[in-house]
Amino acid sequence: MSNSAKAEAVLALHRFGMGPRPGSIASVGSDPRGALIAELDRPLTLTAAAGLPTSAKAYRTVADANARRTARVKQAQQQAKKQQMAAAPAMSEDQAQGQGQGQTQDKDAAEMAAKQAAEAVPDPGRPMYLQEAKLRTEAALAAEIGFAERLVWFWSNHFCISANKIQSMSGAYEREAVRANALGRFVDLLLAVEGHPAMLFYLDNLESMGANSIAGINRSRGLNENIAREIMELHTLGVRTGYTQDDVISFANVMTGWTLVPPGADPQHGGEFTFNPRLHEPGGQTVLGRRYEQEDAEQGRAVLRDLAAHPATATHVATKLARHFVADEPPPALVEQMAKTFRDTEGDLKQVAIAMVSSDDAWRGPPSKLKRPGEWVVGMVRATGITTVDPVRFTGGQELLGEALWRPSAPKGYPDDEASWIDGVGRRLDIANNFAERITGMADPQIIIEDVFASEIAPEVKQAVGRAESRQQALALLFMSADFQRR
Amino acid sequence: MGLDRHLPTRRELLAGSGALFAWSQMPRIARAEGRDPRLLVVILRGALDGLGAVAPVGDPDWVSLRGDRALLLDGKPPALPLDSFFALNPAMPNLHRLYKSGKAAIVHATATPYRERSHFDGQDVLESGFTRPGATASGWLNRALLAMESGGRVDPRGSRALGIGSVTPLVVRGSAPVMTWVPQKLLPASQDTQNRLLDLYQHTDPKLASVLQARMKLASLDGAMGTGDPMSDDPTLAPPGIARVRAYFAEAAGTAARYLAKPDGPRVGAMGFVGWDTHIAEGASSGQLYNLLGALDGAFAAIESNMGEIWHETVVAVVTEFGRTARINGTQGTDHGTGTVAFLIGGGLAGGRVIADWPGLKSAQLFEDRDLKPTTDLRAVLKGLLRDHLRVEEKILAETVFPGSVDVKPMGGLVG
Repeated sequence: MSNSAKAEAVLALHRFGMGPRPGSIASVGSDPRGALIAELDRPLTLTAAAGLPTSAKAYRTVADANARRTARVKQAQQQAKKQQMAAAPAMSEDQAQGQGQGQTQDKDAAEMAAKQAAEAVPDPGRPMYLQEAKLRTEAALAAEIGFAERLVWFWSNHFCISANKIQSMSGAYEREAVRANALGRFVDLLLAVEGHPAMLFYLDNLESMGANSIAGINRSRGLNENIAREIMELHTLGVRTGYTQDDVISFANVMTGWTLVPPGADPQHGGEFTFNPRLHEPGGQTVLGRRYEQEDAEQGRAVLRDLAAHPATATHVATKLARHFVADEPPPALVEQMAKTFRDTEGDLKQVAIAMVSSDDAWRGPPSKLKRPGEWVVGMVRATGITTVDPVRFTGGQELLGEALWRPSAPKGYPDDEASWIDGVGRRLDIANNFAERITGMADPQIIIEDVFASEIAPEVKQAVGRAESRQQALALLFMSADFQRR
Repeated sequence: MGLDRHLPTRRELLAGSGALFAWSQMPRIARAEGRDPRLLVVILRGALDGLGAVAPVGDPDWVSLRGDRALLLDGKPPALPLDSFFALNPAMPNLHRLYKSGKAAIVHATATPYRERSHFDGQDVLESGFTRPGATASGWLNRALLAMESGGRVDPRGSRALGIGSVTPLVVRGSAPVMTWVPQKLLPASQDTQNRLLDLYQHTDPKLASVLQARMKLASLDGAMGTGDPMSDDPTLAPPGIARVRAYFAEAAGTAARYLAKPDGPRVGAMGFVGWDTHIAEGASSGQLYNLLGALDGAFAAIESNMGEIWHETVVAVVTEFGRTARINGTQGTDHGTGTVAFLIGGGLAGGRVIADWPGLKSAQLFEDRDLKPTTDLRAVLKGLLRDHLRVEEKILAETVFPGSVDVKPMGGLVG
């Protein structure tokens, strides 16, 4: 392989993949573009996910634990009350005088009993989250190149939910809605995520009801515009692309009734998507000048299909993808090529990805992107050839770096520009140092430079690594180098 | 901080070593002789400036060699006199006290057989006990333990060596099982690592350089105001000031001592301290080297006090992969050199002396006209300790512990 071919292979692995690992230069071969495209033809299923619960099952499990916890707490409180009564059947005058203090103690005892009862039923959501995190991370470590996994990560962030709100479902959401559609058509991806219970939960649509719906007439609660706004602003058209507040309200009305089966009500289907006509605003709605007369969930699906096909969506998606993979300010020609592919193929996301890596514009620029924390950490682990992770440690590290897995602070997801992440470089150094210490015994910085980078790394880095005072320091410097952090 | 905090949890030990061990099976060494010796090996990673640590103040060429950077008996602060020729860096009052009471010895102008200048390879030779780097995946201390086991000198069941840190030092790795203790507190990237990274960024990525520089500046302001908690668990806080390094050294060494002191604990331990690669602003009487030697001196105090009664059966050997250049370089530091010092401390030591076949400091007397010439093979020192303290047979030392070292005779009389 010539030096320029090696350089392009290394760039391919960093820019479009999860970072090089031992042997990946060879597997990319002399045709990195072809190798990237070929990876898109491999299925994105996670075989190891077979044993994991569906989102609905996860949700039911948590609901069940919550119910048991509440019952136990109630029972403990009642028991504590009973004991108080039994302890003071006939109060003497002295005791009555000291009653105030005694009551406080009793109250403390009751609170303590309640706390203990609550702790006896731990939240099953966290172990689920960690299991899903492990699976996802190990898929990224095992991928030959990781282009397809990067696309899953991209779309998961584009259509983010937050595990702070729905921890139990966060991993299953990604598997069921995002992963299954990340290389399919955008419209199918859109329908899958917006109809997923996790998204409906996250964007507050479960109890949104039309003013004239059966439930709306009977109750004081009403419409929630959140999901309608975020779908148009973040998920499809993009901000300031011509929709109005009236469009948002109409679309919110369209989305009423998109909810989930209450977990307690149905042990088989609790937590699954359902359309509840009692919440749905009756009648037709006008969104972006088009009239939607359907009476059920079809109304929402019709709007989503039209939003997916809107030219603004093609531009929005193409821009975000190019910004994520190529440059904070991506070449306009590249964005236009990708948007055109999106329009021409009716949102075939695989074709859009192929259009990106087939364009010289995606390869020409210098590696200016600062890897996001998750990409960087996975890249570090991949470089050592390690393929399994301790999810507690791993998610903890990502959290420390400001990109907690499935926990963005807003529906916009994590940002993709350098300015948002560069201040975290100091923290990265601490993480790199710590990781380097842990792996000193099994990772050789010189071997990483030669095997994993095919020596395609700045001479200054080679020199700094060669002169380091310990293997740990050498590894930390290597992982912190611009060659490793930028793509 | 309570004692109990330092008891290892099962998880820590498993995470560190991957090897199970049982306290009850911890054997005793040389029990038959009524002795129960302890040996702790401390590796200073980065190559220690032996001349900056123990100065040959009696050498006529000393001052001209180091100029105003030379440690002197009437310097500011004054070096601590050891004998008529050598004086100790003033950062090490504990070591000085131990030396004066015969519980410390210093070997000068010493080196392993390694004569090149790569840290990695130098550490490989130092810890493997082989004459060439990369020759083996086991360390001399581990092979010494194996030899003692097969010789029936120790109970072969269970573990008997202790590694401190999340990576077991090579010196103690091998077939004999090792248990590992990992300090609770993370040691963030050292000042030295940050300096090197900053230098790298300045040559390759100005944006990253300015961010790192700002962080370092903030941290130094924080340290100056004294608001940073040196023992904080939060690795995202300020990078370690010297207070944090001191705390880390003392905790790690003190914990090793506490384990070694247990009646049913391990008898041999190894640990590494980083930060000795002082290319710039070395500062023998204030600065990087002075601070690190002070931290090491604090670790000595922690070991002595935590060993308790067993201190009299203890030997601690402090070694480094090589020394540094005799002359100061253009950035007020020193570069990779050859001859250096080894510190030996412990209640079991016959100390109170500097052991050196002094080579001299004139240009022609320096190794390759740049380093203190090594005149004592460090292996002789280590073999002397292993033979007289742990009672490993000389033949085994020459053949398997330090292969090919028949000609390197163990140094006698180091332990009392």
